[in-house]
Amino acid sequence: MTAGRDAAPVLAVVLGIVAMWYLGAVILNAPWAYDQAERAGVTLGFWDMVQGTLRQERPRLPAPDQVAAEVWRSVALVAPTSKRSLIYHGWVTLSATLLGFAMGVALGIALAVAIVHDRTTDASVMPWVIASQTVPILAIAPMIIVVLNSVGISGLLPKAMISMYLSFFPVAVGMVKGLRSPERMQLDQMRTWSAGRGQVLRKLRWPAAIPYLFASLKVGAAAALVGAIVGELPTGAVAGLGARMLSGSYYGQTVQIWSALVMAAALAAGLVAAIGVVERITARAMGAQTIGARS
Amino acid sequence: MTPALIGAVAVWLGGWTVNVALARRELRGVWRLAPPVVFGATLLILWELLVVGLAVSPVLLPAPSAVWARLVSSGEILRADVLQTFVKGALTGYVIGCGAAFLVGVAVDRAPFLRRGLLPVGNFVAALPVIGMAPIMVMWFGFDWQSKAAVVVLMTFFPMLVNTVQGLAATEPMQRDLMRTYAAGYWRTLFLLRLPAAAPFLFNGLKICTTLALIGAIVAEFFGSPTSGMGFRISTEVGRLALDMVWAEIAVAAAVGSAFYGAVALAERAATFWHPSQRR
Repeated sequence: MTAGRDAAPVLAVVLGIVAMWYLGAVILNAPWAYDQAERAGVTLGFWDMVQGTLRQERPRLPAPDQVAAEVWRSVALVAPTSKRSLIYHGWVTLSATLLGFAMGVALGIALAVAIVHDRTTDASVMPWVIASQTVPILAIAPMIIVVLNSVGISGLLPKAMISMYLSFFPVAVGMVKGLRSPERMQLDQMRTWSAGRGQVLRKLRWPAAIPYLFASLKVGAAAALVGAIVGELPTGAVAGLGARMLSGSYYGQTVQIWSALVMAAALAAGLVAAIGVVERITARAMGAQTIGARS
Repeated sequence: MTPALIGAVAVWLGGWTVNVALARRELRGVWRLAPPVVFGATLLILWELLVVGLAVSPVLLPAPSAVWARLVSSGEILRADVLQTFVKGALTGYVIGCGAAFLVGVAVDRAPFLRRGLLPVGNFVAALPVIGMAPIMVMWFGFDWQSKAAVVVLMTFFPMLVNTVQGLAATEPMQRDLMRTYAAGYWRTLFLLRLPAAAPFLFNGLKICTTLALIGAIVAEFFGSPTSGMGFRISTEVGRLALDMVWAEIAVAAAVGSAFYGAVALAERAATFWHPSQRR
C-alpha cells in the first residue's frame, strides 16, 4: 500500500464528499424548513434556513454530524444488549455473515479442489459455476428464508445460507485459478520426485493458490455481508442491520437508516481489513518457508 | 429404499457416466457444451424424480414441471414484471450509472491529484454494501421505477469508475510519447490510443455491473414498489406460499441476467478482438 503518498489526495476527496453531503442536506431539506416557517408565520433568512435544514427530526437527508451523533449514541451510550444498540444489531448481522462466510469458503475450496483434480467435474460443473455469476442470486433470498422457516430452521442459519451462497462463487472461481497457477515445469518437477496428487496439492498447488485465495476472500466477505443484510429483510426480522433499515424506512426514521448504513460500511471495511492483516502475516510466514527448508 | 431414491441414484450414475465418457475425449465446437448440458439435465430429472417420488410438498419445493407449467401459463405477468424491473429500473440505471462513471473517470483522469484520491475511495466504496441505500432511494424517488434506477446508479457507479480510471492508465509512456511525436493532441490521443487500450477494463466494469444492476433493481423492490416487478412478485408470492410462481420468476431473472451479461460479452468480443484474452 502506498498509504503515505496518497494520504493527501484521499483526504481531499473525502472532504469533498462530506462538503457535497452538507450541500445536499441543505438543498433537500430546504422545502420542509420553508414549509414549517410558513406555517409558523415566520419569514426565514438564508442562514436560519441553513441551520434549520441541518437540525430536522426526520430530514430527507440527515447531515453527517446528525448521523455521527446517532451512531455515537447507539454505540457508546446504550448497553450493548439493548435493542436500541447498534452493536447488538451489528453483531446479529456479523454472526450470520461469519458463519455463512466460513461455510462458503469451505465449500468453495472443496469444489475448486474437485474441479482441478477431476476432468469430469471440471467439464460439467465449472460452466455452471461461471454462469451462476450472471444470475441475480439475491433474488432467491426471501424464498430460502421462508422455506427454511417452514421446515423449522430459523434464526442464524437461513441468513448464513444466503451469505454462503454469495461468498461461495468468488472463492471457487478464484481458487480454481490459483490451484492451476503452477506452471507445467513445476508440476513436472514434482512428478520427477514421484510426488502423489495429494503431495502436489499440499506442497505446490496450495501455496501457489494463497494469493488468489486472499483476493477472493476479500470479495467473498463483502458479498457475505450483503447476503446477511438482505437476508434480514423478507421475514420482517426484528434484529440485525437489515431489519434496522427496514423499520427505519417504514417509520421514516432516516437518521436510523443512515446510522445502520454507517455500521454496515464499518463492518465491511473491518472484515476486508482483517483479511488484509491475515494476508500480510501469511505472506511473511510463507516467504520464510520458501527460503528456509520446509520440514 | 423407495423406487424414487433408486431411480434418482440410477439417473445420477447414468448422467455422470455419460459425462466421464464425454470428458475423456477432445471436444470441439458446440460439443464442448455437452457436459454442462448433460449435468444440468441430470439435476433437473433428479429434482423432478425426488419431488414427485418422495411427495415433497409444493410449499417447500415445486417440481420443475410445475414451474414450467406456471412459466407458460403466466407469461403475461412475467413479461410485465421484466418490463418494470429490468427495462425501466435496471437498464435505465445501468446506462445512467455506467455512463456517468465513464465521463467522470475521463474527467478525473486529467487531474492526477484527483485520480490518486478517487481510486482508493472508489475501491473502498465498491466493497461497501451499497444496496443498503435502497430504502433511502425509495423514500426520495417514490415507489416506481425511478427509485430502482437510482439504486442501480449508486451500485454501478463506483465499480465502473474504478475500471475506467485503471483502464485509462493502461497505456505505456512509450506509446503516449509516440502519439506526441505524431503531434496528436489530448483528444486524438484519447480516442485513438487510450480509450482502445482501456477497452478491456471498460468491458470488465460493464460486465460486473450487469449483475449488480439486476440485483439492485430486484432488492430495491423489497422496500416498496408498485404492484408489478420481479422483486415485488417474489416477495408477495413467497408470502402466499406460491413457490412455483417464485421459481418461475427466478428462472426468468436468471435468463434475463445471463442474456444481459452475454450481450455485453458479445459486444466485448466485437470491440476488443485484438486483446490476448479474446484470442482462441
